Amino acid sequence: MISRRTFIPRSDLPVAAARPGSGAAGDRSPKEPETATRRDVIAAQGPDAVAMTLTVNGIARMFEAEPRVTLAEALRGALALTGTKIACNRGTCSSCTVWLDGTPIVSCMILAVDVGNRAVTTIEGLIRDGNLHPAQAAFIGHDAIQCGFCTPGMVMSCAALLDRDPRPTRDAVLAAISGHLCRCGTYPHVVAATLAASEEAKS
Amino acid sequence: MTGDPGKRGERLPFGIMGAGLATIERRIPNEEPPPLPPNPDLRVIGRNVPRQNGREKVTGAIRYTGDIALQGMLHARILRSTVPSARVLNVDLEAALCHLGVRAAITLAHPGNRVTEYVRYVGMPIAALAAVSPEAAAEALALIRIDMQKLPFVTDMDGAQTASAPHVFAPDVAPNGHPSGFPAPADLPLRGNVRGPTVERRGDVGYGFSTADVIVEGKYRTHVQTHCCMETHGIVADWRDDGLTVYISTQFTAGIRRELADAFGLRLAQVRVIVDGMGGGFGSKSTLGRYGWIAVALSREAHAPVRLILSRAEEQVDSGNRPETSQQLKIGARRDGTLTAIALSSCGSAGVGLGAGVGDMASSLYTCPNFESTHTDVFVNAGPGCAMRAPGNVPGAFSLEQSIDELAEQLGFDPLALRDRIDPSPVRREERRIGALRFDWHRKRRRTGAPGPIKRGVGVAQSHWGAYVQLDSACEVRLMRDGSVEVLSGVQDIGTGITTVLAQTVAEVFGLEARDIVVRIGDTDFPAGPPSYGSRTTASITPPARTAAWHVLQALFRAAGPLLGTMPAKLVARDGFIMAGHDPAKRLRFSDVCADLRTDSISAIASRQDDYGGFGRQYGNAATAQRDLGGVQFAEVTVDTETGVIFVERVLAVHDCGRPMNPLQIESQVHGGVLMGLSFALFEHRVLDPRTGHVLNPNLEAYKFAGARDAPAIEVIVLQNYQASSATDAYGIAEPSIIPTAPAIANAVYNATGVRLRTTPMTPAVVLSALGRRPKAEASS
Ligand code: FES
Ligand code: FES
Repeated sequence: MISRRTFIPRSDLPVAAARPGSGAAGDRSPKEPETATRRDVIAAQGPDAVAMTLTVNGIARMFEAEPRVTLAEALRGALALTGTKIACNRGTCSSCTVWLDGTPIVSCMILAVDVGNRAVTTIEGLIRDGNLHPAQAAFIGHDAIQCGFCTPGMVMSCAALLDRDPRPTRDAVLAAISGHLCRCGTYPHVVAATLAASEEAKS
Repeated sequence: MTGDPGKRGERLPFGIMGAGLATIERRIPNEEPPPLPPNPDLRVIGRNVPRQNGREKVTGAIRYTGDIALQGMLHARILRSTVPSARVLNVDLEAALCHLGVRAAITLAHPGNRVTEYVRYVGMPIAALAAVSPEAAAEALALIRIDMQKLPFVTDMDGAQTASAPHVFAPDVAPNGHPSGFPAPADLPLRGNVRGPTVERRGDVGYGFSTADVIVEGKYRTHVQTHCCMETHGIVADWRDDGLTVYISTQFTAGIRRELADAFGLRLAQVRVIVDGMGGGFGSKSTLGRYGWIAVALSREAHAPVRLILSRAEEQVDSGNRPETSQQLKIGARRDGTLTAIALSSCGSAGVGLGAGVGDMASSLYTCPNFESTHTDVFVNAGPGCAMRAPGNVPGAFSLEQSIDELAEQLGFDPLALRDRIDPSPVRREERRIGALRFDWHRKRRRTGAPGPIKRGVGVAQSHWGAYVQLDSACEVRLMRDGSVEVLSGVQDIGTGITTVLAQTVAEVFGLEARDIVVRIGDTDFPAGPPSYGSRTTASITPPARTAAWHVLQALFRAAGPLLGTMPAKLVARDGFIMAGHDPAKRLRFSDVCADLRTDSISAIASRQDDYGGFGRQYGNAATAQRDLGGVQFAEVTVDTETGVIFVERVLAVHDCGRPMNPLQIESQVHGGVLMGLSFALFEHRVLDPRTGHVLNPNLEAYKFAGARDAPAIEVIVLQNYQASSATDAYGIAEPSIIPTAPAIANAVYNATGVRLRTTPMTPAVVLSALGRRPKAEASS
């Protein structure tokens, strides 16, 4: 039987963090890590828990985890940052969206060991100096939240969009959230909130 | 009548705001607060108060079940059947138990036991274990050895009804009745895989059809839809010698507590059930479920807390679904539109479960003296169905509202005009009137077909749902000496926003802001709350919240009277002050009055009283109000006749839910209903492989539900429909908002193309085949 544990050390294939066209809109795949470096790392590690360091929300965090653990699992498990949600665990729903060096990615599709020294930002790290990101405030104001399970991922994508493009078009907002699934049906309010946040940023 | 000394007469708002709102005299229990005026006269209720836990949700701080980690917690996994039908001969846990990190393992299929030795669907639990890490649990699962004798099986509803079909159940072990969702009565005959029929009859349909000028008849099919809660089912069970604590993603804390006490031989007081963040249920998280029982049993076995979170694949296969149905519907009418007879014959399959009925749309929505329905449930080897958002009435509306559309055309009526004739509800009449204006219905209907492959059309359909109330719903309100206020109830917030609505309800009483109120819910340590299903939460829990707060306020007034030199009965609470009603200058800060309290806090508990005017129907702990919940939805679609793609451009949803408590949150929920209905109509389809019994799309990429780009422009109008029924007069909206969407879209597709689609999902293949552009056989594959 081939598991992630047995497959990866044997494989020369780069492990993509997001399937093209899945969860992540086109702009969302993380930059491929240097394949050679990554293979070196893997050759030296596992299958048992190993020490890893991740820079999360500006802080270098050391922890132990098996090399097969995904970034989403490491965040939620060893690092106890449970704001990042796993809903499909295969790159379909974008609930697990975090930023790698400021770019949204689906964290269930990248191994923690592959993150390297790229900066991870999670929903917990979006508050700056105690202030909500404008996207977060707008989500509350426009009730772009129901059960809230998809919300951290939605917020991460909309906040990244606003940081990159403070005055996005409606279509740009739809593109940013087109990989996100929300069963409660918050999409209309998410779009309204993000557009409103951009207007507030304008004035 | 006036004799009951426990009641007093009051005049309450009654009717629709803007359409003849009046008042009505009711006798109400003396413990109930004075009537609540219409929303424009209120300060907090009826306003778009931001979600109470919004900050926790946008910052990721709120804790869902899977976020809970207890000291020494184990991780559980379930071993599930990979065959659809088999007899389990042996389950060997030995190797798994020896695996490093495994702490407990249990068998769920017991060889030799007539009920549990059979596996009846792919995904059915056979064994389970708990280990120190999810990885260890997964590895150990592969070490469990199962010997099985494979048996013949059947997965399609039509095949299951043939004489040669293998039997899913022997008659003596088949489920007998089903209480929730769309209920199935007990003790019906079972022949092969066919159970029933359930028959409902009034008048004489034979006579009715004989007096009809026009008869329409059609066969409709709806498919299996899965709930797809973004948070999969999950539980953390903590069994201790002195009792059991369970954190569970549930729609009903009080119900789970009862189930656990029964299943594990505990007293209610020994069981505590907690839920904070809850990532969607839509009916599927109403009961403990097999997985819940498994986690508790493992915790008991291992003497340690156990967390069990279902994977997406498990969720799609074995956490319930909306059953498939097949319906034959026949309606007769006279030339003037009057209905003379409705005959409905349906069957449905909830897999190995029951409750695949088609609701009460055909029997209840329109006036018709002669009605007959027969329904049978068909067992197949597939995961059990369960209640899903408006169970029964979603498939029921798909057939009824298309048939009414057809009837209108044959009679030469506008679809709205026919409904004006046959729908007795004054509320839906107003909804049709308002909706037609806003939607520009009459002009859009007249529009003649555009040249070119893209056709455009509009359609309308109606909703009908009981206004449910849970009678054993209770709430405590506590006022502290520093002026802070707590609301306590076991009721849970599954995303609908009841936390905020409770804060609004109580803030209104005390003259405070919603943000001043601390709402603690989702814990059976508090007074038992209602379930969050059947759109009954708001109707059940807001009246006791207001009543309890009002009692606390009366106690505060007794303390404030002497301070202000005013009779307590003359005091009012407003804008953070306690003041004399006749002399607002005589006032004290709310918090200053509280500081003077003799005791550290004042508290009151209240429970749901009967609706003031009496209920329509009462059964057990639940009841329905005298009036139903309405709703009318208008859809505008384009159909590409070359590709078969239907795109819904616009939906106007006009609804009522008694007194709207928080219009913005209501709008959110209606968006959810419309999108889930649209998704049901166009996309979602659980596919079972008839040769293996496996679900071919147990995920969220091949099982497609609507995303942001599939969303139409949705406009929501909510009436203020005062019914003088309770201390808040509020009702729910979740289910009414999904019921009419699919038939409104189907009617719009008909308007656009002249082709009627009687099967869901209305995929491009279905559209092209109906248009005669694709061979039928291909389309159905
Ligand atoms: S995309 Fe990562 S959990 Fe769904
Ligand atoms: S808010 Fe519930 S899934 Fe999006």
